[in-house]
Amino acid sequence: MRRDLLPTDAVAAGGTPEAADTGAGTSGAIGDDPGAGRQRLRFYQVGSFAVGNRLADPSQRTVQSDATRSNSLDSGHRACQGCGEALGARYALDAAMRAAGGQLVAVNATGCLEVFSTPYPETSWRIAWLHSLFANAPAVATGVAAAMRVKGRSDVRVVAQAGDGGTVDIGFGCLSGMFERNDDVLFICYDNEAYMNTGVQRSGATPSAARTATTEAIGPDPGAPFGQGKDLPRLAMAHGIPYVATATVADLHDLEDKIERATLMRGARYVHVLVPCPLGWGTASADTIAVARLATQTGLFPVYEAKNGSVTSVSKIRRVQPVEAYLGMQKRFAHLFGTPGRPDIVARIQAIADDSIARFGLLDSHAGEPAERGAR
Amino acid sequence: MLEQIEGSRAVAKTVARCRPEVVCAYPISPQTHIIEAIGALVRSGELARCEFINVESEFAAMSVAIGASAAGARAYTATASQGLLFMIEAVYNAAGLGLPVVMTLANRAVGAPINIWNDHSDAMAVRDAGWVQLFAETNQEAADLHVQAFRLAEELSVPVMVCMDGFVLTHAFEQVDVPEQDLVDAFLPPYEPRQVLDPADPVSIGAMVGPEAFEEVRYLAHVRQLAVLEQIPVVAAEFERTFGRRSGGLVSSYRAEDAEVVVVALGSVLGTIKDTVDERREQGERIGVVGITSFRPFPREAVRQVLSAARQVVVIEKAFSIGFGGVLATDVAMALQGLPPEVVSVVAGLGGRPITTVSLRRVLQAAVNDRLPPLTFLDLDEDLVRHELERMAATRRSGPTAENLLRDLGVPSGHIG
Amino acid sequence: MERPFAITLDVGSSRANHTGSWRVERPVYLDYLPPCNDACPAGENTQRWLYLAESGSYEAAWRALVEDNPFPATMGRVCFHPCETACNRVKVDEAVGINAVERFLGDVALDKGWELPRPGSAADGPARPGTASGRRVLVVGAGPGGLSAAYHLARRGHQVVVADANAEAGGMMRYGIPAYRLPREVLAAEIDRLRPLGVELQLGHVVRDLAAERRDGAYDAVYLGVGAQLARRTDIPAGDSGRVLDALSLLRAAGDGSIELGRRVAVYGGGDTAMDVARTARRLGATDPVIVYRRTRDVMPAHDEELDGAIAEGITVRWLSTIDRFEGGKLVLERMTLGPDNKPVPTGELEELEADTLVLALGESADLSLVEGLDGVQVHDGSVLVDASMMTGAAGIFAGGDVIAGSRTVTDAIGHGKAAARGIDAVLGGEVRAPATRHELASFERLNTWYYDDAPRTIRPELDRIRRQSSFDEVFGSLDETNALFEARRCLSCGNCFECDNCYGVCPDNAVIKLDGAQLDGPPQRRYVVDYDFCKGCGICAAECPCGAIEMIPELI
Repeated sequence: MRRDLLPTDAVAAGGTPEAADTGAGTSGAIGDDPGAGRQRLRFYQVGSFAVGNRLADPSQRTVQSDATRSNSLDSGHRACQGCGEALGARYALDAAMRAAGGQLVAVNATGCLEVFSTPYPETSWRIAWLHSLFANAPAVATGVAAAMRVKGRSDVRVVAQAGDGGTVDIGFGCLSGMFERNDDVLFICYDNEAYMNTGVQRSGATPSAARTATTEAIGPDPGAPFGQGKDLPRLAMAHGIPYVATATVADLHDLEDKIERATLMRGARYVHVLVPCPLGWGTASADTIAVARLATQTGLFPVYEAKNGSVTSVSKIRRVQPVEAYLGMQKRFAHLFGTPGRPDIVARIQAIADDSIARFGLLDSHAGEPAERGAR
Repeated sequence: MLEQIEGSRAVAKTVARCRPEVVCAYPISPQTHIIEAIGALVRSGELARCEFINVESEFAAMSVAIGASAAGARAYTATASQGLLFMIEAVYNAAGLGLPVVMTLANRAVGAPINIWNDHSDAMAVRDAGWVQLFAETNQEAADLHVQAFRLAEELSVPVMVCMDGFVLTHAFEQVDVPEQDLVDAFLPPYEPRQVLDPADPVSIGAMVGPEAFEEVRYLAHVRQLAVLEQIPVVAAEFERTFGRRSGGLVSSYRAEDAEVVVVALGSVLGTIKDTVDERREQGERIGVVGITSFRPFPREAVRQVLSAARQVVVIEKAFSIGFGGVLATDVAMALQGLPPEVVSVVAGLGGRPITTVSLRRVLQAAVNDRLPPLTFLDLDEDLVRHELERMAATRRSGPTAENLLRDLGVPSGHIG
Repeated sequence: MERPFAITLDVGSSRANHTGSWRVERPVYLDYLPPCNDACPAGENTQRWLYLAESGSYEAAWRALVEDNPFPATMGRVCFHPCETACNRVKVDEAVGINAVERFLGDVALDKGWELPRPGSAADGPARPGTASGRRVLVVGAGPGGLSAAYHLARRGHQVVVADANAEAGGMMRYGIPAYRLPREVLAAEIDRLRPLGVELQLGHVVRDLAAERRDGAYDAVYLGVGAQLARRTDIPAGDSGRVLDALSLLRAAGDGSIELGRRVAVYGGGDTAMDVARTARRLGATDPVIVYRRTRDVMPAHDEELDGAIAEGITVRWLSTIDRFEGGKLVLERMTLGPDNKPVPTGELEELEADTLVLALGESADLSLVEGLDGVQVHDGSVLVDASMMTGAAGIFAGGDVIAGSRTVTDAIGHGKAAARGIDAVLGGEVRAPATRHELASFERLNTWYYDDAPRTIRPELDRIRRQSSFDEVFGSLDETNALFEARRCLSCGNCFECDNCYGVCPDNAVIKLDGAQLDGPPQRRYVVDYDFCKGCGICAAECPCGAIEMIPELI
């Protein structure tokens, strides 16, 4: 595809509203924080944090609150109890479906999401969906996008999705190619930080010190080694593509907003979604969203968006937490705690979180609200 | 209209007239001239409504073709050798998904040692992938086979690989009658996919299939290939009616009707063999030639028919299965089960080594005199090999064999062939 | 389209795989008892009317409110809102200003002229149009308890006569609460709203012989709500110059404007009435009212905000002081210390305080002469004894408010009146209703407070203002609608689904069905149901429910 034919602005008329706050009134929201394109529903009992809001204007409601949402990923799939990826995939694709007016094709890399959704003779997908291989989802999506383009179906939006292995490791070659060509594909990575489908082995996205089946918590340096890690959102930004964003299953409004915005843009777009894995992380199945939330509130998983290679907005930490709060609820970090534990390693992880907070400016500079401050 | 044209460009022009909608390009010798020429045709606008995508690897090339084909676009790519092996996972996948991708394989040896010249090792490496593999004898046939390839692929939802010998054909300037656009349009209807990614009629393509159905899926793929076998002669006949020349088909036969010895081969070497056979016929030796155009699916019945009367079948092949022997010979022998002909394999032309009429004459004479062993390596430098084997026997670690062989020959690698 | 075998699958096929069989726990929606409802003496369904107010459905909210209490505008001014003390939001930031919203709803209702529900429309009573029961009930005392009983009885279809010795209805609300706290026109308007229900007010009607009244009026039942009118006195030697009043007399006279207090006023007592008196005195021209209290602030019975309001108006308090005598324009005070059990112990130290008037605000006792001699009525320690249905020992005679033991607030009295109406109805209808089972309390620990948004900084001061103005000051006039709305929206809906869609959204298996007004075999359905065919029992819905309305229950296998 030719770069000069790929405007990076929104295709749909009007795009997404940059500031959705309306004035105070009985049916509108009031707000003092328009953010950077983020819709904020202030003070409607649950504000922008819960899935729904019966008091919000219908145009401001989430896709997931809609009784007629597309349920792109249908019931009956075989994901584990409390699967963050199943949740994240439905969140993302339902949002993309709404943004694309139902004109959506999804390409899926091999991995948990593919395996639990399409074991013959049952598929959980209610959308046009294609699985080819582990490493090639970006390229297959490029092909689909090319086909749509040549057939004059510019209304059809193409999404490719993969886990962290299919994105940061084996799929990275194809992904980088898709990025540098600025192909008209939205690539969504569901990052659960290891190869979960094959039994929890380390990937390039596995955090330092985490126990996996190939980085056992044994010896003087237990768990995954400390290294640079493969920070794919920033690598994506380095390609200068029109849109890069991170999100988690703990903030639906933010996730939907980003997916909808990304769906409507042209060119290569990348959204990296943190999706906790109860099996691989050793968390209770009920805690999937809670642990994702802590990943953001510790600063370990910065939530931001970038346009054309530069960060344009960050989600500020609302109730900052020490990394122990996050690590302590996951068995993959259990070797860091107890007696004697490894406070030295915890301190290194805290330093990583602090760096992330500083790099992205995750803490609000204003005085803030006392009730919002956690122990730190 | 006949024109003097390089094989790659003839193929490129023909492919363009088949109106591919997505062409994926990743360069590898000796395929480069094909994609360069198609790229130029897209840029000039001569090939309109086509997305020409410079991908980052052959793996991506086939993957882009898979996506495009699944989305209902006519997809094409070309590769060779290492490139084919780099995309092999996707090659299998395209066939498994039943996607009618057409690919030109500019046949080339597979390293190590790295070697850019012609043999058929690459094609043989993917013979079990589920693709139709058609071998072109000439550049005219290479061009014509592409038109038939799209037709076959899309009629039966199978991917088709047109194999043409690297350099020998791709870089050879010959007279070629490039299929005319109006005739191609008449012969090749627009692509109507068997399955397509359509938001209005969503399906899930590429499910995981377990032991309960995998064998059935594979068997059905085999049945589909058998259907291709039936369709190839039909398509070839229609091609002849449309274009006024014979091209393609399952097998080609030359002076084989009364032959005692029949030489069987794939691709361009058939021309040299025919010349040699003509010469031997003048000496009164009843020798014939059979070319296998459709290597996969393998035309078992057609091969039986054309070879059943022979005393001996000499399979000259540009690839072999290391540790066993000829690949094509094995297939031919299987096809002739229960019939009298003896099948021998002559491995020749590996890594671009010329197959000369002199050497062929020697082989044919031996065949006529029943002196050919089951497996022969044509023009093998036996002294060099013996020397190396002795060295290997003398020292446990003798270093890389290939380099030792070259040193003994006293030439740098670039001069071979 | 011809589809390849096995490789290509049709949508919807996974619904054949019922993953519900994986489940070891099942989520169940439960309604817990919100602490505000639990704490309300009037039995208001506070959370319910806040819920309605949140969406701006003020009339619906008001209607939900008056199901239990016919005087929202009054309550919004005089109630000490134990609901706010109990509110779980205290542990997040500050309690929801429930009282302020109640007042707002009450005022809007008066402004719009909304009428109370028609007789025979009691939600938990028998369906009887008008006064179809044919039963007559006499209510003695037109105070909050009596009027509440009258209201609820009328709604149950009974004919009610309210007799009161005073010229105006309202009892303590009219005669014991200063007008600056409860404007008389507000009270009068809310009482007047009872008349269309058929409640007959006989003012200036002194009931002296209850048995005779009951017999002559052919009343089937009686509610006794005469309140506590007798001021408690203490023996303070006073010379001629000392003017000594009791609190109720002062408050009553203040309402008529028929009193001169002088410049220096001392108030003796430590309850809310003492505060009312001191503040009333200030409004009547006293420059430096002083409250004399024998103990310390932390044990003072007056509510903090009442005391704070008094101090803010320049009223001072003499802590740990009793009055020894009042003579020659001087009060002689004796200093006290606190002994064991917070009992004041005299020290013998004396000091003087100049005063023109001394007002005794030492509490009131019920005048129980009405029940003396009535068969079966039992009195203990100055209070009439009643059973759970508010009935005295005499059949058909019920009592509530200050004549029975317990808290003596307007809100308690309203609750008593409502309970007594239910009890009377049960007796008259021959139907005894079992009290509704009380649900388990919605504790703070059940909540997931992450989801509750904070007020934007810009409007917080205003919210604080409306929270604080709740009882004392009419300076602000009517509440701002927007702010009252936002205040209502601060409700956490503890323990009761408020349709935030979290469970519907966070289920990874789409196993929560949003009813969204679906009509199956009846009225539109709200809230959600779990699709147990697919629910794997992960528990995310329960963990992420903001208000703790979902419980995970073990599956019995």
